Amino acid sequence: MDPNDITKLIEQGIDGARAEVRTDGQGHYEAVVISERFAGKRSVQRHQMVYGAIGSYVGREIHALAVKTFTPEELQSAAD
Amino acid sequence: MDVNDRIRNQLDEYPVLLYMKGTPDFPQCGFSAQTVAVLRALNTKFAYMNIFEDPEIREGLKVYSNWPTFPQLYVNGELIGGCDIALELYESGELKEIIDEAAAGQSDAAEVGEPS
Repeated sequence: MDPNDITKLIEQGIDGARAEVRTDGQGHYEAVVISERFAGKRSVQRHQMVYGAIGSYVGREIHALAVKTFTPEELQSAAD
Repeated sequence: MDVNDRIRNQLDEYPVLLYMKGTPDFPQCGFSAQTVAVLRALNTKFAYMNIFEDPEIREGLKVYSNWPTFPQLYVNGELIGGCDIALELYESGELKEIIDEAAAGQSDAAEVGEPS
């Protein structure tokens, strides 16, 4: 599956999110997702939002997916 | 009993429950193995279910928790996460807090099965 298609699904599924998806070409993907809507949510809830956008592909076209989630503020403080 | 009832019954019965690929001694996936290692590092009692042995539970859990992959770690009926989140919470010390509280009600490591 083209990582750009996964990016689109995530960005359409989570309002206002930005996503970057990489793959090793062997069915393993890594998604970094940034959204205001993650604020106040724990990791498990954030990942559920991402899976909600692409879940039906995981285990099929997407063999394994590592998810990293940030709010814009968290990304900013990680960069400081 | 439909699959959601079966899942709820299992989660009610076992405060710390790992749905995994394989068994703790013979994990069939690196992520399941790592999650078992985390639970063992915490020296906690936990129940497990090998999802390969129950396709209905395997498919049902994906929908039940909006979580398409395994392992899935539950504490007191709540999805804690998969391997990545279990590791993250282990490293921060939160997993120990969550589990110590729940494990008080857990008997020795048990394999989940239907009553015979």
